[in-house]
Formats: sequence, structure tokens, C-alpha cells
Amino acid sequence: MSDNNGKAPREPMPKQEAEKRVKNFNEVALGYTEEQAKKEAERCLQCPKPLCVKGCPVDINIPVFIKLIVEGKYPEAAKKIKEDDILPRMTGRVCPQEDQCEAQCVLGIKHKPIAIGRLERFAADYEAGNSEVEAPAVQAKRNKKVAVVGSGPAGLTVAADCARMGYDVKILEALHKPGGVLAYGIPEFRLPKVIVGREVEALKKMGVELECNVIVGKTITIEQLFEEGYDAIFLGLGAGLPRFLGIEGENLLGIYSANEFLTRINLMKAYKFPEYDTPINIGKKVAVVGGGNVAMDSARSAVRLGAEEVHIIYRRSRQEMPARNEEIENAEEEGVIFDLLVNPIEFIGDEDGWVKSIKMIRMELGEPDDSGRKRPVPIEGSEFIYDVDTVVIAIGQNANPILLDATPEIQKSKWGYIDAESETGKTSMKGVFAGGDIVTGEATVIAAMGAGRKAARAIDDYLKTGKW
Amino acid sequence: MYKILKKEKIGPNLNKFVIEAPLVPKNYQPGQFVVIKVDEVGERIPITIAEADKDKGTITIFVQEVGKTTYKLGELKAGDSISDVVGPLGHPAKVDKIGTVVTIGGGVGTAIVYPETKAFKEAGNYVISIMGFRNKEHVILEEEMRKNSDEFYILTDDGSYGKKGFTTDELQELENAGRKMDLVIAVGPAIMMKKISEMTKGYNVKTIVSLNSTMMDATGMCGGCRVEVGGETKFACVDGPEFDGHKVNFDLLIKRLSTYEKQEKEALDSYNKCKLEE
Repeated sequence: MSDNNGKAPREPMPKQEAEKRVKNFNEVALGYTEEQAKKEAERCLQCPKPLCVKGCPVDINIPVFIKLIVEGKYPEAAKKIKEDDILPRMTGRVCPQEDQCEAQCVLGIKHKPIAIGRLERFAADYEAGNSEVEAPAVQAKRNKKVAVVGSGPAGLTVAADCARMGYDVKILEALHKPGGVLAYGIPEFRLPKVIVGREVEALKKMGVELECNVIVGKTITIEQLFEEGYDAIFLGLGAGLPRFLGIEGENLLGIYSANEFLTRINLMKAYKFPEYDTPINIGKKVAVVGGGNVAMDSARSAVRLGAEEVHIIYRRSRQEMPARNEEIENAEEEGVIFDLLVNPIEFIGDEDGWVKSIKMIRMELGEPDDSGRKRPVPIEGSEFIYDVDTVVIAIGQNANPILLDATPEIQKSKWGYIDAESETGKTSMKGVFAGGDIVTGEATVIAAMGAGRKAARAIDDYLKTGKW
Repeated sequence: MYKILKKEKIGPNLNKFVIEAPLVPKNYQPGQFVVIKVDEVGERIPITIAEADKDKGTITIFVQEVGKTTYKLGELKAGDSISDVVGPLGHPAKVDKIGTVVTIGGGVGTAIVYPETKAFKEAGNYVISIMGFRNKEHVILEEEMRKNSDEFYILTDDGSYGKKGFTTDELQELENAGRKMDLVIAVGPAIMMKKISEMTKGYNVKTIVSLNSTMMDATGMCGGCRVEVGGETKFACVDGPEFDGHKVNFDLLIKRLSTYEKQEKEALDSYNKCKLEE
């Protein structure tokens, strides 16, 4: 295409004003209008050898769907995306496009890359807003049963793909609502829960069964699932065991793991207490330890719950923060204060056991470590006391032990995650596949979906050939 | 939805429920618990399984009315349903033949001690059970415990039933009489478990307690239930709920149990106000 408009500025995302949004949990990014979407889509160069697709973990045919947007064929654009990504309304919102597809966009060399994520979201939202929940076509029944453990992004993808291929699929979810991290982890203001609900509805229309309140490894074991007639099992459990700092005073009252803090808010709706029964404690000054997306989600949730001052405490500098830039900017706009190059070394409590301050130490950056980021080194003698009312620890997660303790046949990696082949998701137990955070450790929604997609193909292969 | 098949008011603010939860009994073992949620807006609370019937697909639980959730539950009748039941959760009790086992239940904690008492008896142990309640009206599971014990003691704080006194008094008498004890299992209010553990540490008798810390998902995901055992942080839901009583930091547990005192009161007050207006 020669009449493209690549040099035009990238269309900005309309957002709720910061002053308004800190008082509600509604979605912050409002999404492109039709006009904006077309304008942005017209910037695409339609490269004959598109690099963006190479940056996508599930190989979405990006130039084709963008072209369909230019032509005003929005539902068709959404369908094109769904050939490779069953949850485009979610990935359009939460994928780190700046590190994936958009990082590869040639426009990015001289100008700003195409806003692929925003266009993806636009097309998928448009389709959802203008049609009933639609179930993709399902192939002829194969009379084989697949159990999917966990209803997060990996599980939903495997369920959809296996159902499409004609298998009988049942999803087993431990919590009382489906969605996994999409339901309990990512806040409403970043991913409205009605979207998650609608995607689950679509799966049910495809014939996928869903049963909540089933903890595989406790309620039913892997072996019992095979006895019940399942032919293959996919494990998409998520990482699930919050990491703490391992320092003095960590069990004082008012100190939360990000998992607990966010689950109380997102899944249990503690922000509507006492209308909802689950409470949460928010002091005047909240400190969130960590620099990833989960830390930003926690800090921004604390702002909305009425904390007067919300701080991010991070031991490296802003440049090393793993959170998406967009989320860091959103947090800053909402008044979150960043305390960088500091690290907690002790929590100090009052006489009733509530946290009242943190003993911190200043850090400086040394040589790069294994992750390639500069290693934070404590500066001797720089300790100081920092007053707080509430602390949220958002420094990542370890593998959940329930299923793995109950199933010694499944080999673990040295970090305690499931040891599964990266191209197939095959574990050391015949008929059992795994993917997502329980294999890789904490990663992204799209990475989990990519792993689910590969596992679904491998499940199909296994069920057709019987070869392991 | 999970149907309540039977509801019985046992005493003031204490109810027994038989609930249809077909998947829970299959793998249930003594010492395990369920998480229940009463309705759409409800919170998730852990409740010990007192009995599980594999054939009928039912569980029996005893629930004391202490906050909004347990009061809401208390108002339901047989035939009503609650929105969620999930389990069995936690590690089962380790039941072996070891000799003389003293099982101590305080209040509603007896519902946890009962299935273990039965299991230890069936494993061939000499079982001495001590049950303590606030008063006569709060007594639960007396017949069940008596039937499964070689020796049986029941006490009330005010002397309205059985002996007057606390479970600790009876335990001290056993010790004073020079009775052999190979294992003590104590479940009840945190303060009771603390006192028993302090005493048995002195007697040098291994003691197992079941911790009732605040839980939400109860699958290891939130860490809200963390307790300190032997100086290490443990999650009561996936590492417990049973721990070596001599190693538990009970003072921390008691403090952490007060985390939502203010909100619990607020929720209960607004609930009671709504009831009055109805």
C-alpha cells in the first residue's frame, strides 16, 4: 500500500480523566472510536513480510486484520484475529504489545509503531457490542474426553481449541468463579469482568462444560480423572503461591500479599464492603513493594479504595521496572509516588501487632545480573525508618504445591514448576499436559495462551495417534 | 448451589448442617476442612468437616454464629441452598497406632476433634477425650465422642453440665495422676490451644493443634492464613491446618485473628439493622 499514512501521529487512547477515575473502578482506557481506529489502521504499511506477526506469541495475522479495519469490516477483522487468539478483547487490553508485535513494527524505527493492541481491542469490542455471544464452529465429535484444570488464559485456550477439534471438554476451576488471574488478579479498571464472563459463555455455547469449586489434587486426583474416563488432561493452574520477602515482621497485621489484596478486591469485591461481605484494610499510607504490573495494579487499587498516599517501593530504578510503561504512567497520573532504589529490611509493628513502619535501606545499581538488569546493591549505613499503615508485597509467586504434592508422577523443574516440553506441553506423566505460569513461572496472559494453543495441538495429536 | 438437607439448632448460636456436596466426601480424611460461601455477595470462610458420607455425598458441619456470614447461614433452613462448598482442604491428620492419645475439644473445636478421636480409636489407640464448653447449652457431639473414647471427660466453664472447669484442669489432673500420654490433640479457641501446648511442653508430650487462621481461597494463593511455626512462616491452608503445638506462635495467631474485628462488627451491625427494619 503506497497511500498509507505512516508518518501521521499515533492515535492516542482516550482515557477516563485521572481525577475522576481514582474514585471509581471503571475501565480507565475507553477504547478507540470508529474514526480513530480507521485513522490509526491507515498508518499501517502492510509490509509484505510483516515483522509484527513474528513478535506475536500466537502469530495473529496482524496486517490482514488491520486492513479489514481500514475497509470498515470490523466484525471480519475480529474473526481474523480469533483464528489465532480466542480472547482478543483481553489480549488487546493486557498484552505487553510494546515488547511484542509493536516492538517489531517497522514504523517504530522512524515514527511510532502502529497501535496494534488498541486496534485489536477495537475490532473485538466492536464485534462483541454488535452481536450476540457467538460460538465458533465445532468439528464432528471425536468421542474423547479432555479435562482442563484451571480456567485462566491457558485453560480457556486449550478448552476452546479442543472443543473446536471435536473433543468433549470439561474445565475444572478451584475458585467459585471462572477466569483465573483474569478474574481474581487483573483489576476491573484494566479488564472489566463482563468481558471474562462473555468469553466463558462463548465456550459454554461450544459445548464446553465448566465446574467450579473443584480442586484437582484434593477434590479429585489426576488418577481419578483418568478413571472417570478422561483421555487427556491439561494443567493450567497458574503459579499461585505468593512470595514474601523473608524479613522480620512480615506477618504483622496490615501486610498483604498482592494476591490476597487483589483477590479481596477483584474476586470478592471488597471495595463494595459492606454490600459485599469480604472486608479489606486500607490505611492512610499504603506502600506496595515491587515494580511489576501486579504492583501497579495493587497501588492503583489502593488509590481507588481511598488511601491518602500510595507509594511504590522498588529496589532498582525506574528503567528496570518490569511493569508496562503504560501502567507506570497511569499510576503516576493517579498520584502514586515512586520510591526507587530502596529496599525493606524489616517491618516494625505497634503494640497490637499492626505494621507501623518499615526499616529500609538505600540501594545502588551494580553490575548486571543473570536477568541482564543491573543488580541492586545495598548502600551501607543508609538505613532509615519509613512510616506506613498498609503494605502490599508484590514480588512474584512460587508454584502452588497442592496438585504437585498429590501427583509425584509429574516431574518438577528445579524451581518447583512443572517440567513440560515447551513445544507440546507434555509432562512426565502419560496423557498429562501443562502450560502457562505453572510451567514458566509468572509470565503474561498471551504467553499462557500461546502455551495452551501448542498443548491443544499436541493433545489432538496424542488422542489421534495414541503415541506419547 | 449446594443444598442444605438438614439443619439442627444445637444450642444458642450454634447450628449443625448436613449439606449436599457430592464431590467433597470422595477423598475426605479426618482433619480436613471445606470453604463455604453462603450467597453471591458472601465471603469465603473455612469450616471443619465433622463427618462426610461417601454414599450420600453429604458433609456435616457445625457452625457457631459469630459474624454476619455465620448468622446469615444460621437463618437458612433445610431445603435452602448455599452458593459454594469446596474441599476437602488441608492435610489430613496423621493417624497411627501410638498408644495413649488424649483428644481435647474446646467448644466448636470439638467438631474437628471428633473425627480424629474416632480415627485414633479405630487405629487401636487408647483414647482419652476431654471436652470443654461454655455451658450446658453449648455441648455438642457428646454421644459421638463418648462412644469413641476409652475414657471420657466433659466440663463446662460454669459447671452447668459435667464438671466445672476448663479442659486444661482435666489435663493437669491426668498429669498429676501420672497417666501415660503419647500424643495430645487439642482443637478449640486459640487461647485454649496455647495453654494446652504450654502445659504439654512441660510434660514433654507431643501435641497437635489445628489452626483456625483467617483464610480466603484456602488453596495457598493468598497467604492470608500465614502462621509462624518454629520461627518459619507457614500457610495454614496448604501446610496445615495441623501443626506441632509446641512450635506455633500463638500470640501472633491471636493477633492476626483480630485483623478484621472492626469490619466484622460493622458488617454484623448493619446486618442486624437490616433485619430489624424488615
